[in-house]
Amino acid sequence: MNIKTFSIGGIHPEENKLTHEAVTQVAALPKQAIFPLSQHIGAPAKPVVQKGDKVKVGTMIAEAGGFVSAPIFSSVSGTVFKIDTAIDATGYRKPVIIINVEGDEWEESIDRSDKLETVEAHPDLTPEKIVECIKNAGVVGMGGACFPTFIKLTPPPTAKAECVIINAVECEPYITADFRLMMEKADEILIGLELLMMGAKVTTGYIGIETNKMPAIELLTKKCAEKFNGSKYKVEVVPLKQRYPQGGEKQLVDAVISRQVPAPPAIPVNVGAIVQNVGTAYAVYEAVMKHKPLFERYTTVTGKKIKNPGNFLVRMGTPMKDLIEACGGMPDGDNKLLAGGPMMGKALTSVEVPICKGTNSVTVISDVEARRKEPQPCIRCAKCVGACPMGLEPYLLAKISEVQNWERAEQEDIVSCIECGSCQFTCPAHRPLLDNIRQGKSTVMGIIRSRAAKK
Amino acid sequence: MDFILIAVIVLGAIGLIAAVVLFAASKKFAVYEDPRIAHVGEVLPGANCGGCGFPGCSGMADALVKGADAGSLDGLFCPVGGAETMGKVADLLGMAIANSEPMVAVVRCNGTCEHRPRIAEYAGLRTCAAMHACGAGETACGFGCLGCGDCEAACQFDAIKVNPETGIPEVDEEKCTSCGACVKACPRNIIELRKKGPKGRRVFVSCVNKDKGAVSMKACKVSCIGCGKCEKECPFGAITVEGNCSYIDFNKCRLCRKCVTVCPTKAIRDVNFPTPAPAPKPKEPKKEEEAKA
Amino acid sequence: MEKLIVSLSPHAHGTDTVERNMYGVIIALMPALLVSFFYFGLGSVVVTATSVAACVFFEWAISKYILKQERNTIMDGSAILTGLLLAFNLPSNLPIWIILIGALFAIGVAKMTFGGLGNNLFNPALVGRAALLVAFPAQMTSWPQAGQIGSYLDAETGATPLSVMKEAIKSGDASVLEKLPESLHMFIGLPSDSAFGAGSLGEVCALALLIGLAFMLWKKIITWHIPVSIIGTVFVFAGLLHLANPVYANPFSVIFSGGLMLGAIFMATDYVTSPMTPKGQIIYGVAIGILTVVIRNWGAYPEGMSFAILIMNAFTPLINNYVKPKRFGEVPAKN
Repeated sequence: MNIKTFSIGGIHPEENKLTHEAVTQVAALPKQAIFPLSQHIGAPAKPVVQKGDKVKVGTMIAEAGGFVSAPIFSSVSGTVFKIDTAIDATGYRKPVIIINVEGDEWEESIDRSDKLETVEAHPDLTPEKIVECIKNAGVVGMGGACFPTFIKLTPPPTAKAECVIINAVECEPYITADFRLMMEKADEILIGLELLMMGAKVTTGYIGIETNKMPAIELLTKKCAEKFNGSKYKVEVVPLKQRYPQGGEKQLVDAVISRQVPAPPAIPVNVGAIVQNVGTAYAVYEAVMKHKPLFERYTTVTGKKIKNPGNFLVRMGTPMKDLIEACGGMPDGDNKLLAGGPMMGKALTSVEVPICKGTNSVTVISDVEARRKEPQPCIRCAKCVGACPMGLEPYLLAKISEVQNWERAEQEDIVSCIECGSCQFTCPAHRPLLDNIRQGKSTVMGIIRSRAAKK
Repeated sequence: MDFILIAVIVLGAIGLIAAVVLFAASKKFAVYEDPRIAHVGEVLPGANCGGCGFPGCSGMADALVKGADAGSLDGLFCPVGGAETMGKVADLLGMAIANSEPMVAVVRCNGTCEHRPRIAEYAGLRTCAAMHACGAGETACGFGCLGCGDCEAACQFDAIKVNPETGIPEVDEEKCTSCGACVKACPRNIIELRKKGPKGRRVFVSCVNKDKGAVSMKACKVSCIGCGKCEKECPFGAITVEGNCSYIDFNKCRLCRKCVTVCPTKAIRDVNFPTPAPAPKPKEPKKEEEAKA
Repeated sequence: MEKLIVSLSPHAHGTDTVERNMYGVIIALMPALLVSFFYFGLGSVVVTATSVAACVFFEWAISKYILKQERNTIMDGSAILTGLLLAFNLPSNLPIWIILIGALFAIGVAKMTFGGLGNNLFNPALVGRAALLVAFPAQMTSWPQAGQIGSYLDAETGATPLSVMKEAIKSGDASVLEKLPESLHMFIGLPSDSAFGAGSLGEVCALALLIGLAFMLWKKIITWHIPVSIIGTVFVFAGLLHLANPVYANPFSVIFSGGLMLGAIFMATDYVTSPMTPKGQIIYGVAIGILTVVIRNWGAYPEGMSFAILIMNAFTPLINNYVKPKRFGEVPAKN
């Protein structure tokens, strides 16, 4: 079988899928839930509650702060303790809403039953209603980028959507949350995909899954055939070669429909594809069919020295400390606590940081792996050039950024960098390539923005 | 002998022809440049630091001559050469010059290793820009100095160096030319160009932390808590408290140091004064006040 | 709880290191080294040991006393590698003092003056060899015959396949080429009646060098682009010449003779001095191939490989500037 993959570059980090077989557990409710107001791309949400207000599970506590924004809903019932600042995943203190948890009372509008609600049973659903539901439920990209989903479903007039691609690749090491979600909620995910296709007004759908998740590929292929054969939708499960960063949306579009998204400001919908994470598809099902806004998610808690790593269905706002305690506590010695996987995750300074909409994993890296080795001079081996999935030259971009030659950096297409980390992973001299490139990329993007603003 | 004669004549002829060609070319292709630009360029220091805002000293010379033709040299100042150089330039161009106060770079953070405990260990690329992108840094203050020396690397005059014991950069006032390179290099806008002051004396708030007082105190012992005592105390209205942080306007400050006395966290610093600021007066016991009333 | 460690992503790293790559190349050279001991005996041992020791010593001394670097780089394996490659370019009867000069040139001039590993413009071993060739032409062009195990300075010298080919072209007489050993013998390095197995330490056995190439490709130390493009170009160009005029040797003899295999596999593929993109590497390889054949056939020296590589080293920065990898998204939609 000729397994599809993306065209340029890529690496093979160790899988470390320690929690592959661990069935998802429901995480215990925290004593205090912390909700950062900025859990998505775009303007931070604005609080609509104040100190002392009583809230239930599913109550809106902050409304969208602009067009590109999303509302935030309480995942617990209790009393609003205060509106304060706390350290979030960016490493800085940001405005948050803190709620003291009392009981577990849900809003009556939410359908808590297990009954599978199909689209056929709701003939009154229209694309506009679906998009509106998704917007009001605060659904954002659950793969980590947290872009508001309703905006993705309504592309600009210059682009025409042709298909929806579900990103169930999970190419990062350690993370298994999406895999467990597929094994346990396959039917719901497919209805979510159907809703996304309806909302985007397309009839073609793909589900991209890496071959290290064969049980999910087999399960979803079977269910897809049962559900979509003979219908107006054409849905295909696409097994993908195990390679990082297959889960990057540009690489995914390249592998599944063989089209390469051009350099920024182009986005996947410019070549006809709308990419959504499989967790987002599930959240769309819950939002539209169960009237359940986004306040809980599947998260993996893992690490080589964690005693009982596992997958959890966790309420957002739960401090990571609670989950880590449930898995046996932080190990002794040197530790790095990551929100996300080891390739693109964010290292945190505190275990009190809460689980947010985009937290797909809590990874603990320990001992020798927690520290970087001493960098040596560049030996010009060109292995970084071979690894870069965007066809860039990382050694050159890093050097140019170091000497602050922003014009040359722009010429060398530094804004195309997706910050996947493949270059730094590969470099035999342990050079901090991505640290420098990131610096250059953000400066050059600032220059481009101010140039456009002047015009 | 003939050979020598022929050689001399031939070479002489070549030399003559070449001279004529070069002379004609230098006249036909000559570019006119205002001779004043070259004269002004000689007077300027020649450091090409860019502190004036122009590309090098020749760019500044060009701008000065243009300014002279336009009628004023306002807004043009060479920080390296200072008032002396500007005076010479003004004489050359036949203009009067506005006197500009000397400035100096001031590092508005006192979060040394002693005052600000470390809560994490940073193991990445050791530049302030990278650490700033990673998060708050190694301490709980997300506004304070990171100590990796981006300012030191940016300075072309060797005037700012990070003190390895305190972790905070220190400015050598003799060498600082207030060109502003360190101000641009600092990702947290901690360094500011302020007036050097009479005899080099100045007062400034050594903190830019915008967190609430209780939070910033936990992060750093000498942080500004935004209590506003300094604002109330200042007789000249030079102090404003905004976003939980106090700021002294160096144009209005008269160096009376009442704010230094009154600051509960010692966040306001006075520099180059011969004697320390007076200690705060002890509070009168409440009973006596009530008896008087 | 102890302080958490933070840095920016990625937080994982592959197993590749500079040492693994350098020592990997040294291991790939082992088959050829053993063959050279077998054929040139004592001379080979002395030359190799002197060259390696001198290169390591000079790098250590320059790094510590002249550059005053904090961390000495001799353990990363690149100095040992330069020493080995320099030795493979030398005849086995070269006196020790000449080898020391060569090592000083290779490490001191070609590597350390440019800034050490990663910064040199020219291949250090080739610079050392070129300097010795120009300074000591007599000693550097007398090649001992293989098979004299116990001799060093007293080894008997003889004609090499390359000198035979040069003679044929100069005299215009194709029958001179009959003195060449069979291509198969040059490939495996077997002795034969005629002028055989005289050459530098690394020249005689193409098979041993190709085993090294296979090892490096397997361990992903180098990619196939440079060796294949050099050998391919030389084969095609020499083949065309041979068909046009039998005075030029047949292409198999050409690719198995002289330093071509050694140069194509180990010298031209040096990380620092070769281009950074596959397209650039092929351009580089083709140019080296053409230059080698040109210098061998119509230049003053019988061997053209080292000069061809040095010339193309100078072009590498230009190739890097203009040949860019294919960017993602440049391709128009396929369907």
